[in-house]
Amino acid sequence: MKYLITCVALAFSAHALADTIIVQSTTSTQNSGLYDYLLPMLKEDTGVRVNVVAVGTGQAIKNAMRCDGDLLLVHSQPAEEAFVADGYGAYRRDLMYNDYVIIGPEADPANLAGASNVTEAMQQIKQSGAKFASRGDDSGTHKKERSLWQAAAIDSDAGSGQWYLETGSGMGATLNTGVSLSAYVLTDRATWIKFANKQDAIILFEGNPALFNQYGVTPVNADKCPNVNREAAEIVTQWLASDIGQSAIGAYQVDGEPLFFPNAN
Amino acid sequence: MDALSEAFRLIITLDEDLFEILWLSIRVSLSALTIAAVIGLPLGTYLAITRFPGRKFCILLLNVLMGMPPVVVGLMVYLLLSRAGPLGWMGLLYSPTAMIIAQAVLITPIIAALSNQVIESLHQEYSDTFYSMGVTGGRAVAAYLVDARYALTTCILAGFGRAIAEVGAVIIVGGNIDHLTRVMTTAIALETSKGNLTLALSLGAVLLALSLLVNALVIGVREYAQKRQYA
Repeated sequence: MKYLITCVALAFSAHALADTIIVQSTTSTQNSGLYDYLLPMLKEDTGVRVNVVAVGTGQAIKNAMRCDGDLLLVHSQPAEEAFVADGYGAYRRDLMYNDYVIIGPEADPANLAGASNVTEAMQQIKQSGAKFASRGDDSGTHKKERSLWQAAAIDSDAGSGQWYLETGSGMGATLNTGVSLSAYVLTDRATWIKFANKQDAIILFEGNPALFNQYGVTPVNADKCPNVNREAAEIVTQWLASDIGQSAIGAYQVDGEPLFFPNAN
Repeated sequence: MDALSEAFRLIITLDEDLFEILWLSIRVSLSALTIAAVIGLPLGTYLAITRFPGRKFCILLLNVLMGMPPVVVGLMVYLLLSRAGPLGWMGLLYSPTAMIIAQAVLITPIIAALSNQVIESLHQEYSDTFYSMGVTGGRAVAAYLVDARYALTTCILAGFGRAIAEVGAVIIVGGNIDHLTRVMTTAIALETSKGNLTLALSLGAVLLALSLLVNALVIGVREYAQKRQYA
């Protein structure tokens, strides 16, 4: 019996080792359709098959810390740098960026269109009595959103369940909730452009430096996780950061709009 | 209505992705069902026909486990199969095998508890006969299972229904990886999060149609067999 289990396990792991890696990823890169577009090209160029597990940035990092992934592709630079500093990541590279936007009902009860900076925008949302739908899931977007409330000196948790609604779900699910409740939502631009259930919601605030959204790629450290497919993860990282990978990322468009801007270092 | 016509279109155009996902759903849930039936049916029967201290507690436990949330089962199997977990060396996380294990854990108590009910009522009828004939132990379990096979199909269908419909366990241990571990329910969750509500609903309709097909098949076979038996 033990022999049988070992055989089965070997058959599976041999299959997994060959030329396949698991990427622990943020949801926006999947929901925006980037992987559907990018991964076939990557497979053709490098022969590596990439299996994407798309969860929030917080969960992706935790999964990678348990060695359940070969590569981390998320968007929360401080958390990624801590991941490397703690020895879980080999190194981190910038990959691409886009920006966050605040969407809300077209009627715009908080008059975000008139806000001159993001701090003012957050304060206006709070003062207007309008609802705000938050990810509430420790994702990259959630971390960014909390930093914005902090900068605006607003204790959003005090209004939790009243005007501040923490969905504890992914970006898309939170947008579904927010749109249905005519609430404001902080979202990455890529997910919003591709999102198909906008109803009467539109982008009401954008283009502020504080809303910059950097994506990074981090191979999991083989010293910490001996099972990782270090070579394949390295090949994929190199390809993503190469001229070919970078121009492929920059060429991806939805409805004539680019969703991600390459800036690998 | 849009969802229904979209579901219809996906089916008649033999949409390749759809059938891949559908086939994985069937494969995973039927495999889990087979494991669960092989364990659950004898277990439920054994608990119905034997008497030992703690038996009532075992049955209570099965009934409690019937209400186990799929997401909890998924989390437990994840912690077991994770590279940092005790079975991590097998490298099974994010594979269909992991999904089969999770669903088998989820539905074994359902099949065991329901079959326990079925056999228990049969046992009141049969116990004297079996006792006088000296049929005990494994032979008695087998005899009960054969005799109650028609009534037990409902238990099995209940298990299948739970397995094919759950999303909480498979999304954690499978990871909803495209072309590898994406099944109907996780695809529905993904399309919902993309805001493609019509597509998500149409996938739901396809899943329901599959369930209908399986149920009709099983019940049809049962009716046919019963008729032949008494003809």
